[in-house]
Formats: sequence, structure tokens, C-alpha cells
Amino acid sequence: MQFIPISYYLIFCSVLFCIGVIGVLIKRNALLILMSVELMINSINLLLAAFSTYLNDPAGQIFVFFIMVVAAAEVAIGLAIIVVIYRTTHSIDIDVLNKLKW
Amino acid sequence: MSTIISLSVLGVLILAEGLLGKKAWHLPTILIGLLVSLALTLSGWNLNLHYYNEMMIVDNSSVAFSSILIFTTFLIFMFAGHYYRGVQRPLDDIYAILIFALVGSVMMTSFGNLIMLFLGIETLSIALYVLAGSHKEAITSNEATLKYFLMGSFLSGFLLFGIALLYGASGSLNMDEISAYTVREAAHLSPMFKAGLFLLIIGLAFKIAIVPFHFWAPDVYEGTPTLLTAFMATVVKVASIVALFRLFSHCFPAIRETWETTLWILAVLTILVGNLTGLYQPNLKRMLAYSSISHSGYMMLAVLAFSARSADALLLYAAAYSVATVTAFGILILVRGAKGNDLFTSFEGLGRKNPVEAVCLTIALLSLTGIPPLAGFMAKYYLFATALEKGYLWLVILAVLGSAISVGYYFKPIISMYLKEGEGIKLEAGFAYKTHIVFLTVLTILLGLLPAFLINLL
Repeated sequence: MQFIPISYYLIFCSVLFCIGVIGVLIKRNALLILMSVELMINSINLLLAAFSTYLNDPAGQIFVFFIMVVAAAEVAIGLAIIVVIYRTTHSIDIDVLNKLKW
Repeated sequence: MSTIISLSVLGVLILAEGLLGKKAWHLPTILIGLLVSLALTLSGWNLNLHYYNEMMIVDNSSVAFSSILIFTTFLIFMFAGHYYRGVQRPLDDIYAILIFALVGSVMMTSFGNLIMLFLGIETLSIALYVLAGSHKEAITSNEATLKYFLMGSFLSGFLLFGIALLYGASGSLNMDEISAYTVREAAHLSPMFKAGLFLLIIGLAFKIAIVPFHFWAPDVYEGTPTLLTAFMATVVKVASIVALFRLFSHCFPAIRETWETTLWILAVLTILVGNLTGLYQPNLKRMLAYSSISHSGYMMLAVLAFSARSADALLLYAAAYSVATVTAFGILILVRGAKGNDLFTSFEGLGRKNPVEAVCLTIALLSLTGIPPLAGFMAKYYLFATALEKGYLWLVILAVLGSAISVGYYFKPIISMYLKEGEGIKLEAGFAYKTHIVFLTVLTILLGLLPAFLINLL
């Protein structure tokens, strides 16, 4: 059976991860930051699934399911926090929040 | 395992009580439940149980550290009745989430597989995001939770990427197999493994708040409701350090030279930056945040110099640090309740008006500084001794220098309380509250006089 070499997956997932990191660092909108974090986590899921197939070991794919569950919980909490922030400040721009010293 | 089950049941029980509207039952149930869980944890001593294909390994070190975490949570809950006394809203959610966070921290002390490490960290973190924002009306609380959440989920990504790379290189998520891999490949470690290791260090360093990944901590600590800050500064901090210690002492002892320098630099930076920045803080809560940062630097010494003795030293240090910090937060809650803020000027005249509280705060701060014969001194002594044994002379010199700098800020509230004339305030502490604070202070003194009780345990 013909496999796509593992290095391709590695490079692709690293690039996706870096796009996510850059998104978190340059975006000022809390929702877009949340989406960038999701991109990071999904690139990791893809990488774990690729490794799992490559190594013939199911543990990696099991881990992907755990990560999906945790990510879903995290998004639910994150959206709730953003809603609370919007109610008090009428904005979801993170620069509005400067009451505490950074 | 029985600890995790009993604590989870306790959390659900609190939620059920909330559903029935039995608000007065919460605290008694929690305190009894925590004691039961503590007894169940201690019953696992010397049994060395493995669960679910090595997912969880309950050995003596995990029993000891879990017990400290549960006991600290118990001490914090003793303040909860006073802290939330005027609050009208139901409290079952806050209490239950606090218990669930404790479950996460227990998982972090007894994982045997990187999946469990990740799940423990996330169980703890997701619960903390909610707790940090639990004062919904206060904009500072909102800000704290958003900062914590965004930074936390961002850095969890690094942690996960690190785990994925370790998995790809070593072919397993099991700690024993990773350890076997590092022994086998110690001479020619793949770059992927090294990259994974460093990403993992970054992710964990953020959770512990190690410099340079500490910048969220003072803001989040300040914005979070004070009772929950006490939980963050003690239980969360100890659990994360223990997770780092467990990971490195089980998985990576064979490849010491790859990570030794990194952790060395991180520890020195944490101790120096934490203490120096602590000098410039205007209030006690931020000061305690920097104090907790610098103490995580000292605890890194145990990770660097691991041996059976350093596990003992870390245990004593975690106990001494937790008890003293909880005491300081107990007084902080009283002062904030009476004055509305915790600037150092608010402590003026406290020594004469409230001698008991002032003495307790003084002893707690002296213990954190490391003045003999208190618990903090003995803990630092054993920790530095184990580090010296492994030849970390410069690290210990810098750590002692850091302790000397820390005198500068730990003495600020003490000077305000005793030497400055102020109008003074009457702190409204009930009898039970006072007794609890005195009990904590006695515990600090006892741990200092009888460290042998904890030091030869592991």
C-alpha cells in the first residue's frame, strides 16, 4: 500500500499550527482568536491521526477523540465568556480590557 | 482512582443539593466529603495500584501529593462560609466546579500516560476559566477570565503539539515506553522528540506561571475573587509543579543534558524576576501573585535535582507553601472585606486593633520568606540541600539571593501593621474564622519544628 510520507503530514500540520499561532498573535477580536486556537488544535488532531496510522498504533486516534471532546468544552466556555464580556463592555475587542495592568 | 470517583460524586452531590435548594447543606457536605476523600486517598498508601492499562498509577508520591491538594482545598473551603456570607445567588455551581478542578489536579499527580496528563490539565483549566469569571458583574473578573482563557487555550495548543511530536518520535503515549525510548535512543535523539520536549516545557511552564510565561498570573490573580485566587495560588500551582516533576522524573531522566540547561535558566529567571518585580507591587494580592511565581522557581529546583530525597523536599515545600499562602489569603479576605481594597496602607494600625490576625499574617509571611524555625525555612533548607547534592551550586546561590530580595516585599505589610500609625480597622472575623487562622499558623510552626514527619515519607 502506498503511503503519503509522514514528513508531508508533519510539514503540513506545522504550517497549519503556525497559521493558528500567527492568528492568535495578530488578531484583536476575541472570536477570531478563538477560531485561530481551534485551527491549532485541529492541526494537532490531524498530526496525531497521521502518526497513529503511520505507527500502526490506535492510541493516537483515541487521543484525537479526547482532544475533540475537550476542545468542544473549551469552545463552549470560551463563547460563554465572550458573551459575558460583551454584556459588560459592548465589545469583544481585547484591547478594551485594560482595567488590570498587563 | 477511588479519590477521583469520590470527589466527582461529591461535586455531583453539591449540584443535586443546589437543585433541591438546600444552600445550608453545601459546606458541611463538602467538608465531610473532602475528609472522606482524604481518607480514601491515604488508604492507597503502599498499594501501588495501576488502573486501565497504566493510564493512572497511584504510587506513594501521588498519594502524598493528592492528600496535600485535598487538604489544602479543605483549608480553603473553611473560609468559604465567611467569604460568601452576604451572597444571595446560589453557590452550588461555584463549589461544584471548585471540586471538579480538584479532580483535575488529582489526575495531574497520578497520571501514567500523556493522555491523562492532558485531560488532568484541561479539567483543571476549564474549571478555572469559569471560576476566574465567577463574579460576573465585576469587569475585573471578566477581564481576568478572558485573559486566562485566551492565554490558557493558546498555550494548551503548544502542550498538545509537544505531546503529538513526542508520540510521533517515540511511538507511544505511555510514560514507561517513552522512558524506554529515551534510554534506547539517548545518543541520537530525533529532532522531532527534542522539539516536542521543548513545546511540552512551554505548555507546562505556562500552567505553573514560570518566567517568561508568567505575565498572565498577576492580572488573573488580581481579577479573580479572592477565595478562588487562594485556590489558584496553592492547589493549581502545586499540582502543575508535581505534574512537571512526575513527567521529568519518570520519562526523561536518561536525556538529562538535553533539558537541564533550559530548566536551569527558567528556574533562575523565575526566582530573580519574580522576586524583583514583587518589590514594586502596590497591594498584597499582586504581591502574593509574584510571591507564588518566585516560589514556583524554588520548586523547580526539586525537578532539576530529582531523586527520592527531592520528592520528599518538594512534598514538604508544597505543604509549607500551601499552608502559609492560605493563611495570608485568609487575612487578605478579611482586610478586603473591611476596607474594600488591599493596598499596603490598609494594613496600617492592624497590629494594635487586631493582634491575633496581625501575628498570624506575620508568621505566614515570615514562613514564606524562609525565616527559621518556621516551615518555610525547613522546606527551603531541604530543597537547597538536595540541589547542592546534585552539584547545582550557582543555582542555590541565586536562589538564596532571591530569598534575600524577597525580604523587601514580605516585610512591607508587616511594617505597615506594626510600625505605621493608621486609623486602624476592626476586622469582622467570627470565632470559627479566627480559630481556623490560628490553626493554620500553628500548622506552619509545627511543620517547621517537626519536618521529619513529612521529610522521610517517600
